[in-house]
Amino acid sequence: MTTPAAVAEVADPTATTAGALLRVERLRVEFPTRHRTLVAVQDISFSIAPGEVLGVVGESGAGKSQTGAAIIGLIDPPGRIAAGEIRLGGRRIDDLPPHEMRKVRGREIGAIFQDPLTSLNPLYTIGRQLTETIATHLPVTAGEARDRAVALLEEVGIQGAARRFDHFPHQFSGGMRQRVVIALALAANPRLIVADEPTTALDVSIQAQIIQLLKRLAREHHTAVMLITHDMGVIAETADRVAVMYAGRIVEIGPVEAVIHRPAHPYTVGLMGSIPSIAAERERLAQIDGAMPRLDAIPAGCAFHPRCPQAVARCRSDRPELADIGSTRAACWVAQHATG
Amino acid sequence: MADALLELNDVVRTFDVSPPWLDRVLARKPRTLLDAVAGVTFSIASGETLGLVGESGCGKSTVARVIVGLYAPTRGTVTFGGVLLDAGGSPTPAQRAARRQMQMIFQDPYASLNPRWRVADIVGEPILALTPDIAKAELEARVAALLTHVGLAAADGPRYPHQFSGGQRQRISIARALSSEPRFLVCDEPTSALDVSVQAQVLNLMRDLQRRLGLTYLFISHNLAVVHHIADRVGVMYLGRIVELAPTRELFARPQHPYTRMLLAAVPDLELTGTSRTAVAGEVPNPLEPPPGCAFHPRCPYADDRCRSESPQLFPCPGGGAVACHAVAEGRLAAAPAFDRS
Repeated sequence: MTTPAAVAEVADPTATTAGALLRVERLRVEFPTRHRTLVAVQDISFSIAPGEVLGVVGESGAGKSQTGAAIIGLIDPPGRIAAGEIRLGGRRIDDLPPHEMRKVRGREIGAIFQDPLTSLNPLYTIGRQLTETIATHLPVTAGEARDRAVALLEEVGIQGAARRFDHFPHQFSGGMRQRVVIALALAANPRLIVADEPTTALDVSIQAQIIQLLKRLAREHHTAVMLITHDMGVIAETADRVAVMYAGRIVEIGPVEAVIHRPAHPYTVGLMGSIPSIAAERERLAQIDGAMPRLDAIPAGCAFHPRCPQAVARCRSDRPELADIGSTRAACWVAQHATG
Repeated sequence: MADALLELNDVVRTFDVSPPWLDRVLARKPRTLLDAVAGVTFSIASGETLGLVGESGCGKSTVARVIVGLYAPTRGTVTFGGVLLDAGGSPTPAQRAARRQMQMIFQDPYASLNPRWRVADIVGEPILALTPDIAKAELEARVAALLTHVGLAAADGPRYPHQFSGGQRQRISIARALSSEPRFLVCDEPTSALDVSVQAQVLNLMRDLQRRLGLTYLFISHNLAVVHHIADRVGVMYLGRIVELAPTRELFARPQHPYTRMLLAAVPDLELTGTSRTAVAGEVPNPLEPPPGCAFHPRCPYADDRCRSESPQLFPCPGGGAVACHAVAEGRLAAAPAFDRS
């Protein structure tokens, strides 16, 4: 695929200073309700380098999707970013007015969602949706937009792209639709892709195809990818680093291999043990009793302490911060005490 | 199998998916028929767990619904405990008794519980339906016992489903299914809507209940790792047919059918950090126009002329399994697995 010259001009020189493209600092996302304010994401910091895939895992309600939504500026009202900042290539994007953010979204950040059917307009051909997106963000003629759209469809592996150009979304299968959505996210050659459960609605054989596609795109285009999923298997083979979220916070973050094989946080340990594997035979799965707390009842101290087999008195009163433990960073008093 | 509890013999279920009559007549088109299940034969022994895996649209849920009687089979027979079910006409007492011994657990614990009913009523309804003159105190005692059985508290009875999390709701579904004291449970993707840590709780519970109550399970899932964990034998379905049926260990160690090999190679696994899956080209064909011969041939790297014209039948292979594949039968396919997962 040809890279438009415009991309080089947009690139911010400060992006390269620290090596990170996306930098999230102490992000807090709140949902004010009639009775009280619920905090969906609390005090989250991480960064993603160009070409890097950061996996974000957690169970329903852990705040992983809200973190993604905050970055692409699409938190559903009345939710809002209450504190912290988000920088893309050094430029602060969390406080941009909506019309400015709309230019960033699509142009510099591509988004891929779980359900490919609801991400596409059923009334327009996929060709029209693609050319419209390209023409909105890039200075091209109609002919160039069409050529680029066909090239994108070919790149994401749609056979007979020129012929499929005039087809409507319902004429594609689920896997093919997700490819179209990825082509849309790539339309303006963004520097960051936020993919929220991109393979969850797909069958396992199609899932493998889509994952390989995402990996190849990150490598070839040097695109940073934030991959949000509940599927640890997908993370294991796709991500370079992984952040584990629990009750609105990151409890562990580190290189994917270390987090999976030598997790430091008891929640990560329990999560890994609870996943059935076809490589190992186990009589019983490890079980974390109970469930993640609701947003209106997050316990004091470490939010995991009521379910934690190792909890000590300090866990019930003081909240641990992320600290280096082995090759990962984890927020756990017991693990931190054990190492130092 | 001599001690088979459930037997399916060449079960076919066809759906009429034709456009409305007038459109069809104007367009001069014949009826459109869809064979969701196209000749499935298997049996489940008492106390066994049979896993059924396959991708969306392969007919695994239709098989479940035919077994519990939500759909009548278009052709073929379902036998439970020696009693032929769905013989047509009104059910005989023996058929009614057989039906009572099977229950179903559904995928979505949010949709399968009535939001306006209290948990005690949901769990107690099957008991009341079967024994209408049961004393109130006895009913309450049985409901309380069922709730504690599945890891809830007797005090949860007066609460409503919305007051429970997804995993707890699935426990309520299991308590309801167990309330008629069945021998056989059909579980259609019972953990697919749950988070992994909750899935582990429910899978452990199902295993404990099986051991304690001597239950037999048909466990349907698209998740191979879950089936590997819970099933004794596994059937792999593709486009309405079983293409391979083998003891779990055998199937995962030495998959025979090219489709099974492909599925296994496509599973993401924690042990495989950094390795990439063998992506498989192509998708499941439209079931309205199934390919002639072996339905898998358009995606199969080993397909030849025979595969394109003649539909393969299940035949037994060493190791206790059965596979429907010409390439395996003719020895064109090396028996060793196409990938290594040691």
